Amino acid sequence: MLMETSDETLALAAAGGDAAAFSALLERQYDRMFRLCFRLTGSRHEAEDLTQDICAALPAKLRGYRGEASVTTWLYRICVNAAHDRRRRAASHAKAALGWGEWEVARRAVAEDEAEATDWLTRAMRALPPDLRDTLALVLDDMTHRAAGEVLGISEGTVSWRVSEAKKHLARLRAEEER
Amino acid sequence: MTDDLDDLKRMMDAATPRPDAARRAENIALAEKNFADLQGSRDEARLMSAAPKRGLWTGVRQMLTSLTSRGALTASTAIVAVGLVMLTPFGGSVLDNVRSRGTPDEQVGMKRLAPEEPVVIAEEPMAADDTAESAPVAASAPRARDLAKVDVYEGDAAAPPPPSVVAPAPQAEMAPAMGITAGRAVGDIVVQPQLPDTEAFANADANPVKVVSEDPVSTFSIDVDTASYAVVRNSLTNGTLPPADAVRVEEMVNYFPYDYPAPEGDAAFLPTVQVTATPWNPDTRLVQIGIQGALPAVEDRPPLNLVFLIDTSGSMEDPAKLPLLKQSFRLMLGQLRPEDQVAIVTYAGSAGRVLDPTPAGERSTILAALDALGAGGSTAGQAGLKQAYATAAEMAQEGEVSRVILATDGDFNVGLSDPEALKDYIAAQRDSGTYLSVLGFGRGNLDDATMQALAQNGNGQAAYIDTLGEAQKVLVDQLGGSLFPIADDVKIQVEFNPGQVAEYRLIGYETRALRREDFNNDKVDAGDIGAGHQVTALYEVTPVGSPAQLNDPLRYGAATGAAAPDDSGELGFLRLRYKAPGEDASRLIETPITATSGNAEAGFAAAMAGFGQLLRGSVYLGDWSWEEAIALANETKGEDPFGYRAEAVQLMRLAQSLSAN
Repeated sequence: MLMETSDETLALAAAGGDAAAFSALLERQYDRMFRLCFRLTGSRHEAEDLTQDICAALPAKLRGYRGEASVTTWLYRICVNAAHDRRRRAASHAKAALGWGEWEVARRAVAEDEAEATDWLTRAMRALPPDLRDTLALVLDDMTHRAAGEVLGISEGTVSWRVSEAKKHLARLRAEEER
Repeated sequence: MTDDLDDLKRMMDAATPRPDAARRAENIALAEKNFADLQGSRDEARLMSAAPKRGLWTGVRQMLTSLTSRGALTASTAIVAVGLVMLTPFGGSVLDNVRSRGTPDEQVGMKRLAPEEPVVIAEEPMAADDTAESAPVAASAPRARDLAKVDVYEGDAAAPPPPSVVAPAPQAEMAPAMGITAGRAVGDIVVQPQLPDTEAFANADANPVKVVSEDPVSTFSIDVDTASYAVVRNSLTNGTLPPADAVRVEEMVNYFPYDYPAPEGDAAFLPTVQVTATPWNPDTRLVQIGIQGALPAVEDRPPLNLVFLIDTSGSMEDPAKLPLLKQSFRLMLGQLRPEDQVAIVTYAGSAGRVLDPTPAGERSTILAALDALGAGGSTAGQAGLKQAYATAAEMAQEGEVSRVILATDGDFNVGLSDPEALKDYIAAQRDSGTYLSVLGFGRGNLDDATMQALAQNGNGQAAYIDTLGEAQKVLVDQLGGSLFPIADDVKIQVEFNPGQVAEYRLIGYETRALRREDFNNDKVDAGDIGAGHQVTALYEVTPVGSPAQLNDPLRYGAATGAAAPDDSGELGFLRLRYKAPGEDASRLIETPITATSGNAEAGFAAAMAGFGQLLRGSVYLGDWSWEEAIALANETKGEDPFGYRAEAVQLMRLAQSLSAN
């Protein structure tokens, strides 16, 4: 049965052009992708959009899947890269936009996101530097430091270091918040 | 170490929302469509999805697949989402049919493991992660959704938006918007769902006490804005203390007219300095610098060209916004003369000129255009501001004064994500001689910070209109001041005499601080002053030898720092620079600050400064209480012909009660 097939088998089948396998895989992984996207962006609205970006690009990327990494690692890598791209685009967009209308859209999205971040946790996550945030998002998602390192393309030691840095940041933010 | 990470993880798990069901189906459908496109065969996808497997979801997917394949390739996903919601009522029966057909061979997909069709499309390299390029459909959807969401959110936290405001949002988009509100109360972290308040206020930390021997010079730009007082009033009358950042002490002081002597002859204005006892500290003195602008005879004023740039976006629907705005402008119209000209530009959906330049004498034409304004749609773009400036340029003639009056609830669309470009644009227009005033209406998404930035860069004033009474004050009683500039770039520099003054503190003007060297630099922009305007600045100074001195003298370096006490009687020296309108070079006014006592009426400024500082929770007031502030305000209220000051006392009493809770 399809549901008992491993993610890797499904992904390989989908890479070969099997639409049913692709659908099944996506249905299985969607919530997990969304969860990670939320942690990467700290905003539901951003997370929905980011997941949409990923969904749109996933079929093309899947063709490059050779089963070398686990599907989870592979998907997470795509998520982290997409989040990174999105951030970079947002930054250069804000800088280079010529029409004020577009700035407005960006400005409103930012204002809305900020209003949305009512709890300190989301705010704190967003205050982290992007690489720390990415690392923490993965580790909080029950990934081992080694697996997170694989996703990010860095060593296990670097992951551990980043996690402790992130903790320091958060502790400081919390202290400020409570003051 | 691991423990707090576990804590964090628990919190994170609780905070993580569930994906929105509509978006989920939408996104998956998008992925499937792209997948099918990539295989070069849309038909395959349809065939596959006919293998029903998991009931509801498969059914929805099938509907979406057939919907999108019906030539909706270029349509945005938002439209697909609308289709989904509208079709759902029928979806039930569709699903039943599918289910009753039984379960065909589910392995049909697996049998095709070896692809029959050759791979014709070049593989995208793994590293190329730019999802935007491969997702042209995705690009348009978030924007449509953004606008829809803003519409849903707009409005006052106190007064939920009327249904008509919500209506323009595409139906499907309401689902994610509602979902967010509900999604906040997930798990252990229960956050009260509330309409987000997108107000932003411009402010900075209160000015610290400076030691004269170390830093004897204080430089700032004057500020004729009064928006802060009206915002404070609005908060208090609504039963809440204003946010501390909404309180700009200098604007609260400047809201009130004081009885300063008027300049004589050609002078644009006259500074008045008086030194009084500090109400909240017996050991310090209050230096009050008052500047009275000349009030040219009204009949001599040049013709006015006014361009009303009116925000008619959906959020302006509120009774405190567009309707009040119309009433306010109607009041103002009565003050204009027949040779003045009025034009109206709106921006919502698309910017448009709804009234071509019209002589103010044609009242009925102008009123009809004003009445025809209706709120709706979302805010449209810099187009509005550009068009307003273009219209003003068209109307301008030699010897006339042109001004754009921007009326908005703050959600205006001038792209503050790039404040530098905005600043440049407005500054360029400023050099062309067109001034800009900003009138804020309503609360909830009042972008006070943006208003400030706009008015400061546009050589204009920012005022906040919350009642018709305020409109009367700003637009009618002070019409001259708000519309006719008499001096540009007015800067104040005070040098304190270390022989007399040990420490000083400028009260308010935090957002107006200038660097010492900027005082003589005519390139540096500063505040402008209009006909009849008044500006008041207050310093709290600690005389040499006073027990109130906060900083101990330095053990080392005292020899160079402290000057010998002198008996000149001068506390300091006031320098004031301004430019006559249209001129590039500044003029200088200088006057020593001597220990003169002022008239009691001007003491009301001290009461207002105390009011503002109490609201901000200033650390410099000691145990000075609301009671004492109110008593002082009552004592110094004076004649108060317009009742502004009586109202202030009322507000102070309200604030006293509210802060007791």
